[in-house]
Amino acid sequence: MSLSEPRPGTATRETLPNPSIDFWKHRHVLDLDDFSREETDLVFEIAEGMVEILDRDVKKVPTLRGKTIATMFFEPSTRTRASFELAAKYLGADTINLEAARSSVAKGESLIDSLRTLQALEVNAIIMRHPCSGAPYIAARNLDTSIINAGDGCHAHPSQGLLDIFTMRQQLGNLKGRKAVIVGDILHSRVARSNIWGTRHYGMKLVLCAPPTLMPHGLPDMLEKYSLNHVTLEHDLNTAIKNADIVMPLRLQKERQQSGLISSLREYTQGYQVNAARLAGAKPDVLVMHPGPMNEGAEISPEVAYGTRSLIEQQVTNGLAVRMALLYLIAGGKSR
Amino acid sequence: MPEKTLLNSSDIERALVRVSHEILERNKGATDIVFVGIKTRGVPIAQRLAAIIRTMEQVDIPVGSLDITLYRDDVSSLSFKHVVQQTYVPFDITSKHLILVDDVFYTGRSIRAALDALIDLGRPETIQLAVLIDRGHRELPIRADFVGKNIPTARNEEIKVYLSEVDAVDKVTVMRTEGGKNELK
Amino acid sequence: MKNDSLLIKNARIIGPAAGIEETCDILITGGKISKTGKNISAAGVTVINASGLIASPGFIDLHCHLRQPGYENKETIATGARAAACGGYTTICCMPNTNPPLDSAAVVSHVRDIAAREASFITILPVGCITEGRAGKELTNMAELAATGCIGFSDDGSTVSNNRIMSLAMDNAAVLDLPIIDHCEDVDLSQGGHMNEGWVAVRLGLKGIPAAAEDTIVARDIALCERTGAKLHLTHISTAGSVQLVRDAKCRGLKVTCDVTPHHLTLTHERVMNSQDDPRSSLAYDTNARVNPPLRSPADVEALIRGITDGTIDVIATDHAPHTIEEKLCEFENAVSGIIGFETAFGVLMSLVHTGKISLNALLTCLTTGPASILKNGAGTLNPGARADLTLLDTGYEWTVDAKEFFSKGRNTPFDGCKLKGMVVATISGGFLAFRHNSLRID
Repeated sequence: MSLSEPRPGTATRETLPNPSIDFWKHRHVLDLDDFSREETDLVFEIAEGMVEILDRDVKKVPTLRGKTIATMFFEPSTRTRASFELAAKYLGADTINLEAARSSVAKGESLIDSLRTLQALEVNAIIMRHPCSGAPYIAARNLDTSIINAGDGCHAHPSQGLLDIFTMRQQLGNLKGRKAVIVGDILHSRVARSNIWGTRHYGMKLVLCAPPTLMPHGLPDMLEKYSLNHVTLEHDLNTAIKNADIVMPLRLQKERQQSGLISSLREYTQGYQVNAARLAGAKPDVLVMHPGPMNEGAEISPEVAYGTRSLIEQQVTNGLAVRMALLYLIAGGKSR
Repeated sequence: MPEKTLLNSSDIERALVRVSHEILERNKGATDIVFVGIKTRGVPIAQRLAAIIRTMEQVDIPVGSLDITLYRDDVSSLSFKHVVQQTYVPFDITSKHLILVDDVFYTGRSIRAALDALIDLGRPETIQLAVLIDRGHRELPIRADFVGKNIPTARNEEIKVYLSEVDAVDKVTVMRTEGGKNELK
Repeated sequence: MKNDSLLIKNARIIGPAAGIEETCDILITGGKISKTGKNISAAGVTVINASGLIASPGFIDLHCHLRQPGYENKETIATGARAAACGGYTTICCMPNTNPPLDSAAVVSHVRDIAAREASFITILPVGCITEGRAGKELTNMAELAATGCIGFSDDGSTVSNNRIMSLAMDNAAVLDLPIIDHCEDVDLSQGGHMNEGWVAVRLGLKGIPAAAEDTIVARDIALCERTGAKLHLTHISTAGSVQLVRDAKCRGLKVTCDVTPHHLTLTHERVMNSQDDPRSSLAYDTNARVNPPLRSPADVEALIRGITDGTIDVIATDHAPHTIEEKLCEFENAVSGIIGFETAFGVLMSLVHTGKISLNALLTCLTTGPASILKNGAGTLNPGARADLTLLDTGYEWTVDAKEFFSKGRNTPFDGCKLKGMVVATISGGFLAFRHNSLRID
């Protein structure tokens, strides 16, 4: 990817003698529901600085030298874990990986015990992914260490939400009035939920599209409860995709068919697959994103996945930059 | 002590003209020279130096900007974190005479951080340091090659540089602070 | 105190049946209520100064879990009974989901023996299983269980999913004139669910249990009750839908009764999300708020409260469900369901009285005469000749819940740390003081 020029208007603190942050209050990054507009913008600003480092030959800065970042993944994930690990290493930190052996210990024991071990090791931050919603909140309550949530159950995936919006901004500039469509298994998607929270500050419209069996029953109430008026729900993809600037299909897991939530893959793809024909209803310069990993032929057709409109590779690079920014904000500076 | 102006716009301009001459003299011309300004105010100073040299020698010297936030060594608590801005050095620095430019030279820690950052960008032939103001109180064994003005100060004083590109006015002032330094300079 | 005679002076008696409120004395001799009236004096009896206190018939709990045999690490009959006495309960009905379950006369006798030996200070009545092993396939020997002392039948913890088996069970129960106490949960609808289906579940990323999972079984049970003429008691109902179905059934004259728990009357599903004091703080995922049926929406809670005021709901039962600390100290979806209830019931329920949502009269009815009319054992009155089961209550006493101080082995309550107003000062069972608070004034 090419080095991008410092964009006018992004470096808003050029005028300050020493741009410093006095409003960043997060000890943890658990979800985007408690991120203000300022804080999200701050992450993006720092991520832009990190993008430049990723273009160098020597991708290393000494910012987190002497710090240790632990990854604790209770759910398998190559991509996200590698992304966080690289982010930490590029910032000069040491990393350790704890893969909990889920089969050996009784449920629940593994989480609390692993947490206690990490506490004793005094790492500077823990990147945690867990199949149970809320697990990082237990961690945050019981440890002094900072926790970055790399995905908990169906609840949240804040770094993904941030990199998604960062990518949209990078491509579209100002997001005000833009329309993004997330289509697929909304019921089980932590990516969709984090994007609901993350996009609320940017004046954009977010459409969530899913068959009725994959749309949470309580979602309309939740949107109303928190005045998330920028989100609409839709069952028909053709309606949803009209004039969309961004289309983001979600991975369809095979288990959904086994548990009866979809009747067949064919029925699903006929109604909800993102392919070239479907994109004809969107804006002519519509762009396609995907949180990965993709199930080609299911939620997305291969020609779209690897086509010119696909931002999937940028998402990966931006994911690194965003995660570096989060690590800088969480673990940079004096150790407590 | 209220803020007192030590240099005005013309004083700054004169100092920079002299520094430009010194740079050309030391490097026997403008060949293979590049400027890298340390953000924030080192950058407009570097741009001004390049403009002066362009007038004198009809040579365009590339100017880059360096963000040193990720290389700082000061202990900062969570709430005083510094915003990372972009480093933009869109030219090769290897084998060049790289003139590092900053507004105020104080403890030397900024320059140390800048040197670390530059090593990651390439391998210059030489790195030279040009500063607008040298206020003394070095904490590291680093010296400036080109100094616009020497202003000896006390530890509990602060030198502020205002440049019209950034602050709408050109001046250099001194002011007493409480408690001494908390900034990397 | 070995003596089963007492004189209680100047208590305020609220007789839910009589509806009259008056201050008077109560004389207890030989474990029975001797007489009530003004200025009673008696020689050689212990005198309790009950001025400022209310005397109520002893509370009756139709639904609790004593965990013995099989789960003694969570609770025993002895510790459970002590906790019950502390909560003002003189009669408790223990559910049969023990290990082995109460599906045979032998196990029922075993439980009754333990109760007689270790917990004789209150009355403990067993509920027998509807099906063998609570597996929902084969009926138990219900007549034999009844003869061994079971006061009703339930597979609580589970529902009898097979409609035909349930109908046959009701046929048998009708003849025995004992209630079928049903835990209403369609497991296909509730499967994999962790909390009430609603906006909180979406917010927390947890799988929801729809209200329909309860309503469908309630409707089925009522239809079968109509067919068989059995006494149907729906336990721990939690939805507006259930309340309405029961209301309609009662209007049609069917023999349907129901109970609701203190936590379903006072907490909503938001309690899972918010920790006690600081609603602003990050999501709590409080496992102490995980219970089956789950805490529901504010609309459901309002419907339940209305059900008490209009008499649709006859009984409040605690569903006291102790668990070990480890079983709750984990991720929300891995935590077991259950809330302990004996020692917080009255205080928590009084919050409804203090805020004017239900009357004290209605509350005491649900705790005494309501359950008594289902048990039909003469309990629940302060009439002369009745067994002396009473509770003395201080409705204004302010206290803070500290689960560590409980008599119960369980600590799993969402009310820990809550400030409550209203407490049980003494529990008298068969004339003996089964529990006394240190503020009780004895001369």
